Amino acid sequence: MATASLPAESATERLDAIIALPDTALAPAASSLADELLTIGEAALTSWLTAKGKTPTTSTVESFRLLALHRQGARGDPSFNACRETCRELVYLTNCVRAAPDDADAARLIRLAAMVARHLLLFIDGKLEVAGLGEFCCSSRPLRLRETAHAAGNP
Amino acid sequence: MSGKFERVAYYPGCALEGTGHAYNRSTKALGKALGLDLVELKNWNCCGAMEVKNVDPKLQTYLSARNLSIAEKMGFDTVMAPCNGCYHNLKKAEYDLAHDAPSREVNQRLSTKAGHQTYEAGKVETIHALDWIKQAIGEEGLKARVKNSLQGLKVANYYGCMYTRPRHIFPEKDKEPGSESTSKPHFMDDLLVAAGAENVEYPLKTACCGGAHTLSDSDTSTKLVLNLLTTAEACGADVIATECPTCHTGLEMHQKRAETVFGRKTTVKILYFTQLLGMALGLSARKVGVHENLSDSGDLLLERGLL
Repeated sequence: MATASLPAESATERLDAIIALPDTALAPAASSLADELLTIGEAALTSWLTAKGKTPTTSTVESFRLLALHRQGARGDPSFNACRETCRELVYLTNCVRAAPDDADAARLIRLAAMVARHLLLFIDGKLEVAGLGEFCCSSRPLRLRETAHAAGNP
Repeated sequence: MSGKFERVAYYPGCALEGTGHAYNRSTKALGKALGLDLVELKNWNCCGAMEVKNVDPKLQTYLSARNLSIAEKMGFDTVMAPCNGCYHNLKKAEYDLAHDAPSREVNQRLSTKAGHQTYEAGKVETIHALDWIKQAIGEEGLKARVKNSLQGLKVANYYGCMYTRPRHIFPEKDKEPGSESTSKPHFMDDLLVAAGAENVEYPLKTACCGGAHTLSDSDTSTKLVLNLLTTAEACGADVIATECPTCHTGLEMHQKRAETVFGRKTTVKILYFTQLLGMALGLSARKVGVHENLSDSGDLLLERGLL
């Protein structure tokens, strides 16, 4: 499922839906859900970077773009490091699932990973609001800047 | 028992005189029960919390340097701060005074103006309440003193984001095996297991509690806390153990708010680790200030024979 452009509300709804799934539905899809959760996390971090006027990196840290995006997001903004371990926990849990997707514990781990991803989304949503960058939407700031420029006669 | 932390200077900080009074009460009661001596800093000042650094970070460094200077003057080489915010600020001041000449200059100027000795880095070590119990008593010492085991109690240990962040101000962490970890802290887990509790695997132990948003955007705080609570419940926890007054109060307030505003009721209980350890040592719930908590954990404590 492509989630890179999902606004927060849709991503949160998707996470809530994953969390609510019974183990019998989570277990067979564990591997693909792990990938999806990482993508949702990346989309949330991309939103933060885009709203701050930065170009999200395509590089990786320890093989994960999620960690590279977090590192980029925290540069010059140490308070953003409050979600560092949340990102690393998401990587850890999805790693566990990817390493043993058929394990009896996979459904529980995916549910926990979805809860961790939800925390990351909520954290970034709050940071965007406090920073006056609008609600969680990957293109909110550029859109607002364009509106401001347009109103000032500088399209 | 390690003689080093048997008698330490105590910096409660402002929160422990207000909403976090139960933490103050339980920390003192626990220390007394363990034969440890806490000597409160005389005429201590606020550490500046999260506010002063936004206006003038060097002034914030001075505020903590003054407290460290008081500890030194009182003859202590160790100060214990149970609040994550105070602990973080004292550690940061220590780091800045050791590595940043302009911070030293501001500290010298303000200390001279205020008429007290200028604190120099390296004179006083700051520790958290978790370090204090872990180093002074340790798991074996604690086990030997348990009178009312927490056996059967499933605990999610929640450290919050300030206990380990930023990593560079905690040079003693991430060292030899057994030292505290900044990515997966375990001191609280270790102590509560020694008291008989069963720790659950809790993936949000260092996640943000939304404390900074409480006044500006309560809904964000409530949603963050609700996620912490529901995740703890999904992990099978009966109790979330805390070690920070801001996190603790936030969890309690927003647990209630989540129910009234969003209609989401959670039943996991919230207790300071010092309250849990105190009760395991046989102290009454009242002695460790359970009645001062905003949330009600009476039914669980009664069920577990702790009340």
